[in-house]
Amino acid sequence: MKSYEFGLYVFMLAAFLGFELIRRVSPLLHTPLMSLTNAISAISVVGAILTVGEKDASTLTRVLGFIAVLAATINVVSGYLITDRMLKMFKKREPGKK
Amino acid sequence: MIENLLPICYILAAAGFILAIKWMNTPATARRGVIAGELGMLLAVVGTLLRFEVVNYQWIFIAFFLGSAIGVPLAYLMPMTAVPQRTAISHAFGALASALIGTAEYYRHLPHGFPMGALVLETLLGFLTFTASLMAFGKLQEILPTRPITYRGQNIVNLTLFVLAVSIGIALIISPERTWLFPVFAALSLIFGVLLIIPIGGADMPTVIALLNSYAGLSASAMGFALDNKLLIIAGALDGSSGLILAIIMCRAMNRSFSNVLFGAFGQVQVTAQKSVERPVRSASAEEAAEMLDSARSVIIIPGYGMAVAQAQHKLRELFDVLTRRGVDVRFAIHPVAGRMPGHMNVLLAESDVPYDKLCEMDDINPEFPMADVALIVGANDVVNPAAQNDKTSPIAGMPILEAYKARTVMVIKRSMNPGFAGIDNELYYLPNTLMLFGDAKTFVGGIVKELGALVRN
Repeated sequence: MKSYEFGLYVFMLAAFLGFELIRRVSPLLHTPLMSLTNAISAISVVGAILTVGEKDASTLTRVLGFIAVLAATINVVSGYLITDRMLKMFKKREPGKK
Repeated sequence: MIENLLPICYILAAAGFILAIKWMNTPATARRGVIAGELGMLLAVVGTLLRFEVVNYQWIFIAFFLGSAIGVPLAYLMPMTAVPQRTAISHAFGALASALIGTAEYYRHLPHGFPMGALVLETLLGFLTFTASLMAFGKLQEILPTRPITYRGQNIVNLTLFVLAVSIGIALIISPERTWLFPVFAALSLIFGVLLIIPIGGADMPTVIALLNSYAGLSASAMGFALDNKLLIIAGALDGSSGLILAIIMCRAMNRSFSNVLFGAFGQVQVTAQKSVERPVRSASAEEAAEMLDSARSVIIIPGYGMAVAQAQHKLRELFDVLTRRGVDVRFAIHPVAGRMPGHMNVLLAESDVPYDKLCEMDDINPEFPMADVALIVGANDVVNPAAQNDKTSPIAGMPILEAYKARTVMVIKRSMNPGFAGIDNELYYLPNTLMLFGDAKTFVGGIVKELGALVRN
């Protein structure tokens, strides 16, 4: 099987899995969900690392890759942190109060 | 050795991402989900850094350091009311990253065939999502006008531009050697992103943000195909489907067709002939409202974007506390498109310490309205407009609404009688059981809380 064919199968399965999982997410958490998936899609940092890190990369490649690593890192860091910050606020009962 | 470990790192990372989303389904497990996602990301990044092709670390670490220096304050200092803007700007960053990687990859390897097709899709989606998200950010931050800007032939201009960009993309796939075409292609995608958002108004933002989320994800997935990296394909597909589902939910909640959204032909305000006849409304003071709330047994509060604008959520929590202590059953009814992004109201109310089991979804709370003594509407308008159910000619006809009008008494906190986003009059305000409470939401709710306190003492 060609590599891209394999990739298309992976894509299809992941997309269906995504649909099934996200349909079950409570509407309460739609905002944190969005910031979480945003952080996850910052996995493009992997591609960016490969671009900057190559031995014989040209200046153009290196500059573009550098900006890409920077942008993706911002998303990874702030995405996970703000998701956690939001989730911490969802409490069932107020502790300490009756 | 490390070459054998890498696929394992990536597979575990993918599993982490899937678990992260799975655990997001309830607040009880959601924080565990964040940890799973973080571990997945860590594994993927460390695994990649150890790859033999990666030899040049210094720029990578500088970018990591700078990115964290920007990302940490962005996450901790950002007020919760600014979450829609933050989400928009992070979509812009994500899309920019994948567009730039695509560009770098193009000039470096001039790929042919299938990888080139994926690369064109990646850069097209990346660039257009980048500018579109910046525009959305501008509108949410109110740097740009929030009302829709429309002009004659807008759809034709947009469509022509899009077809042009796609045609150049196809030309590039057929012969990638025509490098001069690439900058034109990138520029057209960037411009298309701007034009896409221009006609979109504030109240349509939830759908647009969800859609941009989806585009950014699909762009990352396309990058996975261009670089032949399955982890990117999986993560991008998860993000893409997540955004798509949210967009579909938002569309349903506004009774708009999905194709209507995909082609950006929405957000046009159909201004119907305004009924200019002044009709009488009943208004009430904070004191009167407090007395009615005090004698109620069941109260349902309906927040809207106006609550976020007036920052009234903390005062509403106080109201919730006072009434709950006096044995009143208080719940919040959340319309799916209330606010500027999916789940916006929930986050604001959770921040002000309202327990989340009191935040009710539309379908669960609607049967409860006939039993409610008071429905208190704070800064919501179109989502409670009965015209959606009983006026077939209304622009919002068929939109699912919160049936506040069925409550024994309806109270509406509102600055003035100006119509809402859809530019239509709200029948609700003229019903015999409706009381209009004119004033700023935060001040007025504060006033009610004070009056209730006075009642307690007497």
